[in-house]
Amino acid sequence: MFATVLFFVFAAVLVCAALGVILARNPVHCALLLVLCFFNSAVIWLLLDAEFLGIVLVLVYVGAVMVLFLFVVMMLDIDTERFRKELQGYWPLTIAVAGFVVFAIINVIVVKHLGGAGIRSAPELPVIYSNTRTLGTALFTRYSYPAQLAAVILLVASVAAIILTLRRRAGAKPQDIAQQVAVRAKDRVRIVKMASEKGP
Amino acid sequence: MISLIHVLALSGILFAIAVAGVFLNRKNVIVLLMCIELMLLAVNFNFVAFSRFSGDIGGQIFVFFILTVAAAEAAIGLAILVVLFRERRSIDVEDLDTLQG
Repeated sequence: MFATVLFFVFAAVLVCAALGVILARNPVHCALLLVLCFFNSAVIWLLLDAEFLGIVLVLVYVGAVMVLFLFVVMMLDIDTERFRKELQGYWPLTIAVAGFVVFAIINVIVVKHLGGAGIRSAPELPVIYSNTRTLGTALFTRYSYPAQLAAVILLVASVAAIILTLRRRAGAKPQDIAQQVAVRAKDRVRIVKMASEKGP
Repeated sequence: MISLIHVLALSGILFAIAVAGVFLNRKNVIVLLMCIELMLLAVNFNFVAFSRFSGDIGGQIFVFFILTVAAAEAAIGLAILVVLFRERRSIDVEDLDTLQG
C-alpha cells in the first residue's frame, strides 16, 4: 500500500518535471528538470525491484550524460526567445498528436486488457533475491556477446566524439613529442675546436 | 498494489509529453536531444515493468543496452552540435539548409 502511494507521488512529480522540460524557456532549466525526471524514474524503478538499473540511471544519466548536456548548454549561447515566438502557432497540432499517442497507448493497455495480465500484481520474489546478482549472471553468461558489443559501441562513440570536436588552430605552436625525444646532442650543440690564444 | 497498467500508462504519458516536446521545440536542437532522452526513458519504463511482471530478467538486460546506446548517442549528438555551433554560430534547424540546393 505504501509502495503504491509512493509510486503515484513520484509518477506525478515525474510527469510535471517532464512537462517542465518541454515548456521551460531556458535550456538550463530544461536540463535540470530532466535531471529531476531521471531521479524520479530511478525511484520508480526501485519500487519495481530493479535496484541495479535505478542506481545505474542515477550514476550514468545524472552523473555523466546530463552533466555533458549542461556543459554544452552553457557553452553555446542560444537565443531561445526567438525559437518560441516562431512556434506559437503549433499548439493545436502538438496537443492533437500528444493526445493521439496517449489515446492509442491507453486503448491498448486498458481496452484490450493485455489478456488480463495488466491488473495482476507482480509475482513474489524469493527472500534471498538479489537483482544485481541475477542481472550480472545473465549479462556475463547468456548475454556476454552483446555486452562486448556494447563495450565496442562505447569505444567507437568516445573516439568519434573526440575526433569530431578536435580542432587544430592555425596559429598554435604545439609540441611534437616524438621530435623532442628523438633529438640528439649533436643536433643542437656544435663543438668548435680552436687553438688557444696568446695573452697580451 | 502497483500493477502493469499503472506503469504502462505512466510510460505512455511520458512518451506523449516527449513527442509534444519535439513539436514545440522543433528549432532548438539541444532541447530536441533532451526530448529523445525522455522518449528512451519512457521505453525503458516498459521494459522494466514487463521484466518485473513476467519474471524474466531479459528485459532489464535490454534496458542496460538501451542505456549504453543512449549514452553513446548523446555523446556523439552533442559533439556534432558543438561542431555545428562553431561553423554556423547557431543551432536553429532552419539554418541547416545547405543540401536544399
